[in-house]
Amino acid sequence: MDLTYGAEYEVFRQEVRAFLERAWLPHAKLAKAERKAAEAAFRREAIEQGYLYRAIPRQYGGSEQKPDVMRGQVIREEFGRVRAPMEVPGVGVGMLVPTLLECGTQEQKDRFIAKTLTGEYLWAQGYSEPNAGSDLASVRTRGVLQDGEWVINGQKVWSTFAQYARFMFAMVRTEPDAPKHQGLSYILLDLKQPGVTIRPLKQVTGGEEFCEVFFDNAKAPADWIVGERGKGWQVSKTTLVHERNSFIGNASSSQALYDKLVELARSTFLNGKPAIEDAVIRERLLVLEGYVASHVYSSYRQFSMTAHGQHSGIVGSMNKLISTQIGHEVARLARDLMGDNLLIAPPPEGTRGAGPEKWNNQFFGSLGVAIAGGASNIQRNIIAERGLGLPRDNGQEAGN
Amino acid sequence: MNFLLSPEQLEFQTTVQRFLDDLCPATRLHELFDRGEHDPALWHAMCELGLAGIALPEAHGGAGMEMIDLALVAETLGSRAAPGPFLGHALAGLAIAWGGSDAQKARWLPALASGEKLASVALAEEGGWQPEQWGLSGKGGTLSGCKRHVPFAADADLLVVGLADGGLALVERGAEGLSVEVENGVDRTRAMATVGFSATPAERLEGACREVVERLRDAALVLLAADAFGGAARCVEMAVDYAKIREQFGQPIGRFQAVKHQLANMAVEIEPARGLYWYAAHAFDHVPADAARYAALAKAHLADRFLQVARDTVEVHGGIGYTWECDVQIYLKRAMFDFAWMGNPQEQRRRIHL
Repeated sequence: MDLTYGAEYEVFRQEVRAFLERAWLPHAKLAKAERKAAEAAFRREAIEQGYLYRAIPRQYGGSEQKPDVMRGQVIREEFGRVRAPMEVPGVGVGMLVPTLLECGTQEQKDRFIAKTLTGEYLWAQGYSEPNAGSDLASVRTRGVLQDGEWVINGQKVWSTFAQYARFMFAMVRTEPDAPKHQGLSYILLDLKQPGVTIRPLKQVTGGEEFCEVFFDNAKAPADWIVGERGKGWQVSKTTLVHERNSFIGNASSSQALYDKLVELARSTFLNGKPAIEDAVIRERLLVLEGYVASHVYSSYRQFSMTAHGQHSGIVGSMNKLISTQIGHEVARLARDLMGDNLLIAPPPEGTRGAGPEKWNNQFFGSLGVAIAGGASNIQRNIIAERGLGLPRDNGQEAGN
Repeated sequence: MNFLLSPEQLEFQTTVQRFLDDLCPATRLHELFDRGEHDPALWHAMCELGLAGIALPEAHGGAGMEMIDLALVAETLGSRAAPGPFLGHALAGLAIAWGGSDAQKARWLPALASGEKLASVALAEEGGWQPEQWGLSGKGGTLSGCKRHVPFAADADLLVVGLADGGLALVERGAEGLSVEVENGVDRTRAMATVGFSATPAERLEGACREVVERLRDAALVLLAADAFGGAARCVEMAVDYAKIREQFGQPIGRFQAVKHQLANMAVEIEPARGLYWYAAHAFDHVPADAARYAALAKAHLADRFLQVARDTVEVHGGIGYTWECDVQIYLKRAMFDFAWMGNPQEQRRRIHL
């Protein structure tokens, strides 16, 4: 066992640090207005160096590096340390680009990938519908090929940041007579058209991140279908795999969240002394630390397995549920530490100088984590069926 | 970065597993459990496999390996609920290796490494498990007082005894004034006794200071965490296997979502903790600043998890799970031992600096 990175990667780390000092630190303190252009310029340089979009070919705007999870990890750590911009966040880079690379036509790749990587094209996800949540394959939004274009009618929901997005990748029923899983197609469409209405939904936090999207004879060119007609389910599954992958490595955010909670316990007074000296609070914090440390060292093991070409097995399917449960417990403890601040509405996320009521954002957000990207009970099904080999539920149809 | 077991470590673990499956299958396990005594035949076979001297120095007949290697054996023994004196014997050997004089090491370690002599550790007193709670005085070369929950004390040739001043002493079998009263322990795979000393001649481990004693405690905590992980992971396997074959309402109960989710939750409680006990064992030899903290954290976490998952496993098995003839009851009792021995989870957490 060796938990160090070794000399080769420490040399690489120094290279990354030197790069960041030269290319990012001069911009780190810029005001918001100038920051955007500086970020874009920085990303171009970082791609040139081979630090971002490492798995994406150069012809599409990536840096096309040899797979090396250790280098990837060093880059994440060093960029994170100085808060330098990483890859553009969101479902475009996280879900659509990997799917196009795997299933897209040459034209689709040329048209969409590069501009998605720079953030010029923002994407929304069009999967869930009012009656298709965990049972995603029952989507009803219809797509009909008419006069060389798709005509789309129906409704999507929970499309995060659709109000800012230019395009959507959507699951659409194009073969209404085929069995449930075989009647879907994966279609791209422009959201800036008359047949599309987007209505942001106000969330529990008071913020507006996700939207309802209505299609009333919305149009998409015939060749904006990814994969074949009726194969949308399989294509979407490559995307879902990528979405789940994006949760791997969340152990370090669980650790960071725990560290903040310990700080809260240190700065909060309970019965006239710091809460961290309270026997009950201490016990609960340390019970939680056992879970956090397990998550962290289990992740090191999974990371090592990936680095050595092994499959991480059942534990990979557990990561989301584990971090969700850590989030729930943090919320419970923070709730007890906050006292009357629980009564106060939280400020918008990231407000500077906010008081302890900002923990109400975590109180709500931990519920969002439990639902988004595969709700906890769906995670339990996956762990039980794919991981533990238990028989599938009779109520679920075959297909995935 | 390579937080993985080496091929040799994996192979050794498999060897120990196969050995136990051959030599101590369920029928034999139940026989030994019912008897609740030391089984010299099984122990000698383990010694022949090399389990008695894994982490003892090569110069004295040991294999010179690290805490992780010892812990991997503890995990495997835990996974098979293997009866025997491994824990106390391993700890006693380490205490002598760290705190013994050259003469003491030369005298005892080769015989402990080969298994020719059996040793154990006498630590707990009425006042508690932790060294700062010990009251047994070793002044004047004799001991008077009492130690409790000493594994296999009735069969041990040698006891390593914790002293009030932070030292350790050796007491040999048959020493004057030594009395051993077998306890009616709940975990009959690890027999315990209360040991009384009455002006009993004892030999101090010459180099045993506070640091050695604390390291001995941490070693115990890591080995208990490893044992608990092995037992807990085995419980999940047993529960899953049973849910696949037990049919009610015309289908395996593992198809019901209520059972399925319970099993998924059990697996999620246990599997990640493998990393925690590995790190505690790794830190023991390689990250001094983390050694004590992670030993305590791992023991606290794994002891809690094992006890709960063993209870859940009884529940998944239904009525049969509540019988003496079901293997699960043995694991439940191993979990109780791992929970309480050397101090329960709350006690460990109280010791951790936040």
